[in-house]
Amino acid sequence: MPAALYLNVAVGGILTGLLYGLMALGLSVIFGVVRVVNFAHGEMMTIAMYIAVALFAAFHLDPLVMLVPIAAVMFAFGYVLQAGLINVFITRPEHSQFLLLVGIGLIIANVLLIVFGPDAQNVQVAYAFDSFQLGPLIVDATKLYAAIGAILVAGGLFSFFRFTAVGTAIRACADNYTGALVVGLDVKRLYALTFGLGAACVGAAGTMLLLIFDVTPAVGPSYTLLAFVIVITGGLGSMPGALIGGVLIGLTEAMAGLLFNPSAKSMFSFAILVLVLLFRPQGIMGKRTA
Amino acid sequence: MIARLVEGVPRRMLILLGLVLAALLVAPLFAGDYLLTVLILILYFAYTGQAWNIMMGFAGQLSLGHALYVGLGAYTAAALFVHFDIGPWIGLAVAVPIAALAGAFIGFLAFRFRVAGVYFAILTIAVAEFARVGFDHLSWTSGSSGLFLPVAQYAHNDLWHLRGHPVMFYYVLLAATALAFIGCRALLQSRVGYFWLAIREDEEAARSLGIDTFHYKMVAVVISAGMTAFAGVIYAFYYNNLFPEQVFHISRSIEIILGPIVGGVGTLFGPILGAFVLTGLAETLTSALAAAGIDIPGAKQVFYGICLLLVILALPDGVWPWLSRRIGPTERK
Repeated sequence: MPAALYLNVAVGGILTGLLYGLMALGLSVIFGVVRVVNFAHGEMMTIAMYIAVALFAAFHLDPLVMLVPIAAVMFAFGYVLQAGLINVFITRPEHSQFLLLVGIGLIIANVLLIVFGPDAQNVQVAYAFDSFQLGPLIVDATKLYAAIGAILVAGGLFSFFRFTAVGTAIRACADNYTGALVVGLDVKRLYALTFGLGAACVGAAGTMLLLIFDVTPAVGPSYTLLAFVIVITGGLGSMPGALIGGVLIGLTEAMAGLLFNPSAKSMFSFAILVLVLLFRPQGIMGKRTA
Repeated sequence: MIARLVEGVPRRMLILLGLVLAALLVAPLFAGDYLLTVLILILYFAYTGQAWNIMMGFAGQLSLGHALYVGLGAYTAAALFVHFDIGPWIGLAVAVPIAALAGAFIGFLAFRFRVAGVYFAILTIAVAEFARVGFDHLSWTSGSSGLFLPVAQYAHNDLWHLRGHPVMFYYVLLAATALAFIGCRALLQSRVGYFWLAIREDEEAARSLGIDTFHYKMVAVVISAGMTAFAGVIYAFYYNNLFPEQVFHISRSIEIILGPIVGGVGTLFGPILGAFVLTGLAETLTSALAAAGIDIPGAKQVFYGICLLLVILALPDGVWPWLSRRIGPTERK
């Protein structure tokens, strides 16, 4: 039944892609507002993944239950990082910011290596091998729960930016930095809040991704790259774009893994990135600025 | 020719340069095997940093994928050697155009379609990653299982085939670094160099003055890529093994650009000084941790990362601009 096989792989790819999208959403929010490319994004996600691993190992706490607390911890981490370190660098050139975040990523990855060791770790939840069957379609329970979680978190973030005063203020900073200063907004604090929200997003994504993938201390850079690819594909700074980009990349990787070689799947996402940069540099959902 | 090269250079600077060069020339006589490998590493990073600096420091184009050019140079020369018994210097003549073409490809795509800034940087990463996965699946170069060069006898040094003692590689790299330094200074003093600086400072203004910014940015990428390919050839023949996971990995690209950023982007001494500072720091940390009896994997990198942050916090423009103000070789302009 090849048709059913393709369908199953495609649905699996889309569901995983929603998680990728949530991860990329964090990067997109940070870049869209703070204008800093978070080169330590993947490393920040591995922090959340290891917290979830540790909580599961010690207290048998389900990652899905710990989603909100871990996201809160990551929010605090991101807030402190931006307020303490990155705010100093917001007016510095890109290569200077790059060095800062590469340094932060290096420290994170190696502290995790010291604490947790180099081996791949995961969590074995009771429903790890459950699945739902809808006609010919078989959906993994873990992927479905994670995708629902991703949509809920993304929806919450979207509502925050749309409907709350603080969210509106953050959007004002992103749209017009000088204007935001003129009307008396505390831009540095809003930047710290934004970085915290981005970190919370990637933390939530990492916690749920742990249901699907293993984690090692060295896995950070590849997720950072994946997040770049998704965000640029969807449109840097566009929140729906990040989710759509995530689904597109998740689907592409799943189909490439099925049709070609699983180890070559990332080539296809990079190819998509190059095509998007060439023909629609602002991304699928992005607005043309220049 | 020589008179033109040293024109306008303060005497103190010339003396300093002469002393550094003399020290480097005699260093292998006093250095043990370990120190020699460290010096080779320093020269490798000084050279590749200088090449990267042409793109970023001079023309203002941030490349985060220079491992691509190292890898293409290394793989081209090594594959020609393994498959057709073609020596590295002829291999170099093939490798440089290939890397330059790859640079031209990226440059053409980016500059034609106005992909700039962060987007350009990520495009360079993406192409390097594409190459990494691609070479993983390229059977002509043995894919992910790695390409191995026949290991040399150290009985005599064969410069033509680059088979021999590390001292030979040291002098080859020293010559390359010195040539790169002189070449970069000549470029900076030339018409092209001034155009690059204009583009780096304000591209719109440069264009409105009639500078063909597309053309000159392409020149920067092609020169930088071609120069970097030479380092790749040396890498292949020095280490004698190549794995796509190592050669093309993004951390290789990052290593290349840390030196010039720490040393001082856009300066001629920055890449060299940065290579000494960073490699020296890494080796000092290794021996300090060993002396303290700390044998934890990752501990060294944590300290290294903290030192990086401290340097960039304290010296935003890099070490060289700060140092040159202290020792004052640039006075009497």
